[in-house]
Amino acid sequence: MAQDHEHGHEHDHGHDHAHQPHPFQPDLEETPLTHYQVMTQAVGDLLIEKGIFSADELRAMLEAIDAKSPAAGARVVARAWTDDGYKARLLEDVNKAAAELGIDAGGIPIRAVENTESVHNVIVCTLCSCYPRLLIGLPPDWYKSRAYRSRTVREPRAVLAEFGTVIPDDVELRVHDSTADLRYLVLPLRPAGTEGWSEEELAGLVTRDCMIGVTLPKSPHY
Amino acid sequence: MSARFAVGADVRVRAAFPPGHVRTPFFVRGKTGRVTQVLGPYRNPEALAYGRSGEPAQPLYRVVFETAALWDDYRGAPHDSTVVDLYENWLEQA
Repeated sequence: MAQDHEHGHEHDHGHDHAHQPHPFQPDLEETPLTHYQVMTQAVGDLLIEKGIFSADELRAMLEAIDAKSPAAGARVVARAWTDDGYKARLLEDVNKAAAELGIDAGGIPIRAVENTESVHNVIVCTLCSCYPRLLIGLPPDWYKSRAYRSRTVREPRAVLAEFGTVIPDDVELRVHDSTADLRYLVLPLRPAGTEGWSEEELAGLVTRDCMIGVTLPKSPHY
Repeated sequence: MSARFAVGADVRVRAAFPPGHVRTPFFVRGKTGRVTQVLGPYRNPEALAYGRSGEPAQPLYRVVFETAALWDDYRGAPHDSTVVDLYENWLEQA
């Protein structure tokens, strides 16, 4: 037992924890529900009560959305890197091009914006958090933060630098604010030194963040 | 509904500040950009937000702006650009 307790009483507790109540992680029910959480819950309950869909269908849909991951987007990007015809179709219509690979990217139209030697693209939704969820999974928390949403249009180079990404001044930094009916995906530049790589190997270099545009694909040398 | 503006057209975003649900970001209102793509008709989200039909659908455009023209003290590079998706009811001939 620690000898340096400063409290006044003498008896032995048989353990040595500090005598302040230590903080604990609140249970979900202990954080107040927001207006919109209450509304979402209520609408969900009503739709189930009215038989529009069942509780199990709602659960299955949530599970399906949660199961989406950047891996599908990475496959699409890797195919575009190895097949120019596919890349052209991807730049035309991401949903259709994804379907060619057996990927269901959902009904909201997704467009790809291509990085080149002279243009680097980055995606933000300043009004909310629009994101191609059905292709690359749920957005990271920072994507939804007010800081990212407001600063990416105001000082995009500073934001990218905080992600460790420095875009040379002679490259046009193009910020896409997706506040309407479409979602956007960055098609990154294929890293040099990957000649002869398989699609699967290439997909391993494609991260969520490089499809948002805040970074570049992983280097093939690590 | 046919689109009023073609790719390459210079357009000015209305400097309007209506209350309620609006999809046009503040930072482009009153600014001039260029149409880079005509995305097709989409139901008006400013009406859909209130349970109305959103019809007639509005042509939706991708409009590119010089970022340095959007902010007085932009400290990026001179060729940096910003692309915003804008509905036709927010655009006028520049």
